[in-house]
Amino acid sequence: MRRRNVLPGLKLSLGITLFYVALIVALPLGALIFKAASLGPEAYWNIVSSERAVASYRVTVTAAAIATAFNLVFGVALAWILVRYKFPGRRLVDAIVDLPFALPTAVAGIALTALFAPNGWLGAPLMDAGIRVAYTPLGIMIAMAFTSVPFIVRTVQPVLEDLDPALEEAAQSLGASDLSIFMRVILPILGPSILAGVSLCFARSLGEFGAVIFIAGNQPFQTEITALLTYIRLEEYDYAAAAAIASVILIAAFVMLIVTNLLQARGLRYTARS
Amino acid sequence: MKIRLNDIAKTFDDFRAVRGVSLDIESGELVALLGPSGSGKTTILRMVAGLEYVDEGQIFFGDEDATSIPVRERGVGFVFQHYALFPHMTVGENIAFGMKVSKTKRTKAEITARVAELLRLVQLEGLADRFPSQISGGQRQRVALARALAVDPKVLLLDEPFGALDANVRRDLRRWLREIHSELGITTLFVTHDQEEALDLADRVVILDQGQIVQQGTPQEVTRNPDSAFVVRFLGDTNKLSATVMGGTADLGGASLAAPALPDGKADAYLRPGDLSWSATGGGIPAIVERVIDRPGNRRIIAATERGEPLEFDVPPEIVVKAGDRGFVQIERAQLFAAE
Repeated sequence: MRRRNVLPGLKLSLGITLFYVALIVALPLGALIFKAASLGPEAYWNIVSSERAVASYRVTVTAAAIATAFNLVFGVALAWILVRYKFPGRRLVDAIVDLPFALPTAVAGIALTALFAPNGWLGAPLMDAGIRVAYTPLGIMIAMAFTSVPFIVRTVQPVLEDLDPALEEAAQSLGASDLSIFMRVILPILGPSILAGVSLCFARSLGEFGAVIFIAGNQPFQTEITALLTYIRLEEYDYAAAAAIASVILIAAFVMLIVTNLLQARGLRYTARS
Repeated sequence: MKIRLNDIAKTFDDFRAVRGVSLDIESGELVALLGPSGSGKTTILRMVAGLEYVDEGQIFFGDEDATSIPVRERGVGFVFQHYALFPHMTVGENIAFGMKVSKTKRTKAEITARVAELLRLVQLEGLADRFPSQISGGQRQRVALARALAVDPKVLLLDEPFGALDANVRRDLRRWLREIHSELGITTLFVTHDQEEALDLADRVVILDQGQIVQQGTPQEVTRNPDSAFVVRFLGDTNKLSATVMGGTADLGGASLAAPALPDGKADAYLRPGDLSWSATGGGIPAIVERVIDRPGNRRIIAATERGEPLEFDVPPEIVVKAGDRGFVQIERAQLFAAE
């Protein structure tokens, strides 16, 4: 039986949307795979497993993981404070959280480099303390953390806003300590949104280019990220090699998306209605 | 456990929510705090629970001053209007929560047995593995009650427990709560703005207005002998007719009532819809019928007196009357207060 819908426009909007998704998302990704596939298995494997490429994966994944871990703590705390406390300037802080989204990443990269350069405002005192930020993996982490922190704040914030304070009061009246309220009530409820934020944050960090290249120093084997290596291969007109390395990032992102979705569905199973 | 409130007060910013309330609740009593919104009833309940700090006064549990005991050590069971069940835990886990986090260690088997016992008490056997989103509102509130009872509270506090439920479920749950209370005998304080609920459930009703107690007593005392016009109006539908008192008799323009306690001058008579009757001829207050509403058990007449004061009252279904009829209203009983 054909379902009749009172609201008009389903077919048209569905058609346009699917066409758009195909054109903007699927087609370029398909082209990338196609290009990478033109290499043949052996050549593909040699490129993606070359020492320089593997070193770039290590640099990228390590920096992204540490940046994400930092943002997990800092972002959740920021979301918590924005939701739970009324303080002067709260709306301003709330607006500033979106800045990394709005700012061109190259601008963020230049600003961070200026700040953390050995003669910068923060770089100079840190140098005196023996900590070098610019042109080291630490700089990459800072750039990644800066550009991806809104993901965690903005995914956790709405869930926290919906969290009924009566849940915490109920737990208190049942004798639970603050720690056990956080561990048994708040964290499990925030869990799925934290997971979503973490995976977006990590994915963004893996692919971050503009902000990182200015501060990273880009030494092969030391501070060269995978996205930069792809770019270098492009500059050398070696399109197939660029596509091969890019496909590794693509596959990693895809696998992570699947795992995250599975974990999230598990964490949210209680919302399913019978 | 006997509870005593000694002149407690609470101010939010510049709003004085509770202004000096003293109240004794006997051990095992079921007491309703009844009042309109903003009367401070929920604030009082939350102060008894320890969810709100007390600005002035003391709260005693038995002989112990509980005013500054934190909520997690106060040993109260609190039931929230919107249940506040933990959404990510099953019904069984919700009920077990208090026992799991408690300092007194229980074995898994003890907890399981107690959960089963409580599920039986609230008549929800077989639902232990459901999540709160999978059961009805009435069932959720029963789970919330079981969860509160699981930690053997000294006092049970309920904040508008049936406020979010529809009328039929509400009536059933009320009777059922009454039964649980007589079975367990636990001192219970509940907040409601629904007069019917308070009168139906409570041993004693405490009526609040603007942060103060205006009257307290058994349902019979407050309904039969309300001591202010506010209480009369708040407890149910009522008509107001202005009267003139002279030498202990109130004249309502066609009817007179004995008013021995009132001074000479203006007064108001409050008449419940059931306190009035209607006749086409004979004595009483002359009135003209504006509308007749037919209801299952009676006919509601909306009329106006010759002075233009509106009156609503009920007559038996077989009375023949229609809009535009003129007749007389007889007063069977009334509450009289000096004019405000």
